[in-house]
Amino acid sequence: MATEGLGLDITELRLGLPGVGEAKREKKRVFLDILGGGSEADPSDDTGGGGDGKNRNIGVVVGWPPVCSYRKRAIIKMYVKVSMDGAPFLRKIDINGFKGYSDFVRALENLFGLGDECEYTPIYEDKDGDWMLVGDVPWEMFTETCKRLRMKKRVSDGGLQTKA
Amino acid sequence: MALSFPEEVLEHVFSFITSHTDRNTVSLVCKSWYEIERWCRRRVFIGNCYAVSPGIMIRRFPEVRCVELKGKPHFADFNLVPDGWGGYFYPWVCEMSRAYPWLEEIRLKRMVVSDEGLELVSKAFKNFKVLVLSSCEGFSTDGLAAIAANCRNLRELDLRESEVEDLSGHWLSHFPDSCTSLQSLNMSCLSSEVSFSALQRLIARSPNLKTLRLNRAVPLEKLSTLLHRAPQLVELGTGAYSAEARPDVCSNLAEAFSRCKELKGLSGFWDVVPFYLPAIYSVCSRLTSLNLSYATIQSPDVTKIVTQCPNLQSLSVLDYIEDTGLNALSLSCKDLRELRVFPSDPFVADANVSLTEQGLVAVSEGCYKLQSVLYFCRQMSNSALTTIAKNRPNLNCFRLCILEPRAPDYLTLEPLDNGFGAIVENCKQLQRLSLSGLLTDRVFEYIGKRAKKLEMLSIAFAGDSDLGLHHVLSGCDSLRKLEIRDCPFGDKALLANVSKLETMRSLWMSSCSVSLGACKRLSQKMPRLNVEVIDEQGDLDSRPDSSPVEKLYVYRTVAGPRLDMPSFIRNMAQNPTYMR
Repeated sequence: MATEGLGLDITELRLGLPGVGEAKREKKRVFLDILGGGSEADPSDDTGGGGDGKNRNIGVVVGWPPVCSYRKRAIIKMYVKVSMDGAPFLRKIDINGFKGYSDFVRALENLFGLGDECEYTPIYEDKDGDWMLVGDVPWEMFTETCKRLRMKKRVSDGGLQTKA
Repeated sequence: MALSFPEEVLEHVFSFITSHTDRNTVSLVCKSWYEIERWCRRRVFIGNCYAVSPGIMIRRFPEVRCVELKGKPHFADFNLVPDGWGGYFYPWVCEMSRAYPWLEEIRLKRMVVSDEGLELVSKAFKNFKVLVLSSCEGFSTDGLAAIAANCRNLRELDLRESEVEDLSGHWLSHFPDSCTSLQSLNMSCLSSEVSFSALQRLIARSPNLKTLRLNRAVPLEKLSTLLHRAPQLVELGTGAYSAEARPDVCSNLAEAFSRCKELKGLSGFWDVVPFYLPAIYSVCSRLTSLNLSYATIQSPDVTKIVTQCPNLQSLSVLDYIEDTGLNALSLSCKDLRELRVFPSDPFVADANVSLTEQGLVAVSEGCYKLQSVLYFCRQMSNSALTTIAKNRPNLNCFRLCILEPRAPDYLTLEPLDNGFGAIVENCKQLQRLSLSGLLTDRVFEYIGKRAKKLEMLSIAFAGDSDLGLHHVLSGCDSLRKLEIRDCPFGDKALLANVSKLETMRSLWMSSCSVSLGACKRLSQKMPRLNVEVIDEQGDLDSRPDSSPVEKLYVYRTVAGPRLDMPSFIRNMAQNPTYMR
């Protein structure tokens, strides 16, 4: 699987494979605080910030539970909302339906009818509520932590609009 | 003393010995048996492609017809092995193309296959018959087109769970009209639509077709047409099992199914619309194998099916079956040998279905022949595990995954040491075990003492100290594969059991407490092991010996250090600082 970039020279967005190049990845491995009690743990202990107890998530651990990617893609639909700066309505996309970042970003662009000369950069809200640039973490980790997406318009000076 | 039997007689005797282990044992009896055996060995199984080289295999076994290779470690299935790790098929096929012109069968698991490799297979082996690519990647439908076009006597093409770059469905049309030898076709992992008429014609001219696993893109409305062309099918994987609810389509389908008198196995069932489930009822009584693990149907629908399958031996389902369904299963399917229950919503902590440990207890009670279990659930107790163990001492494979890491016994809040201890104590033939839940070093003490037939052990988020690992390495006499993640196991246990590692195929440890220095020392003590440190942070050369390694993969080999390691993998025998 070759490294593929989007050619976004301005933002130097590189959607390559992790470990390629010098970027140091800070490993996001957050366990649920379960000392002394599994499912009885207080939802507020969930360091993953999964929100209310009803849909509390199983931490952010790569490769756990041990469900193989083939099965994850086939069975588990993870529809997340996608908004775009200036678009009147949102769309939804199943992030589990893709094998990697390149397929996914292309599909995102297609959702909004954006062409190759794309003025938008995808960002996502993770389980902690932080807005992150799409592409930094391994694909599988991304699918497990992405809560929703936004296509941010890049301003003429090449940066991202900082206003929400 | 002269040989009492001429070579030809011995060769004839050896032809009845087919298991790899028996063949290996035969070759150890004496030099002449070694020689005779190696010339008549037709099937070679290599469980770790880096344990030996193509050249060594070819030198020893010059007349091989069937090769089976495995590449990446098992944890690659869960994305713990970085891309670019290795497991390349091309070097093997290059040398085999020269040495084994009469090669007939290639079976690969977790290897990186390329279109060039597939093209070489299709052209180099004139009598090529069987290609099985299990969880492989790196190739596209162009490679499949070459296989289809050039392998005149192709019998089996099985792509199970491989990741294929799906350029188009056109590859299927490359099977020539003269190809009538197909017995098995598994294209379930492909997403593109193939030409339906090409598929139909291929099936119609393959009278020996026994196994057909379609991909999701084959619509349900067209399934009966295919079944009419292949009533001799033994195993069928449907495409998407959904269509507009039309009674005429349903009755056509039911009629087509009822003509398949040999049908014993069913799979597929993506996107199921319950309206069409009754179409399969007529074949249920003959089914021995049923895979509904992609079918998002609720408990009543699943139960309705399984209770009509009294001859079922192997069942894969989603946890939608719930405890009630499993209870019904235990009453209806007395011949069940293997049960796999997968999670429908694995990333959510709170249960979306009513499936608990009780379901598994019921099956262990009612299904006397149950040998193999894979079970995902959200709660477990020591008492349930003990009951299961006592009910089913004939278990040989027990893989339990409690979704939340370190979940204790939900009734007593204690670790699950005693429960798993009961499993290894009662199930004396246990060959494979996967642990989960809250576990201390004590469970490993039990495993080391009692699990004498255990060959493969998977451990995650368990144990307290090196003692845990030491119990396993020093006690499990039959251990071949050990894979560990996120456990506080470190240097002491590893270095106290170095020779054990040469009796095993491989050891995987990730996110444990093994230091770089210990890896170097291990490598130094055991020159016939490849001690490979996988570390993507990129500064392995400048790190102190005390720093922990991200991932460690240790395996015995006669081929020396790998020559194809990416930059993020280091063989400790070649580490420059060690040399000083």
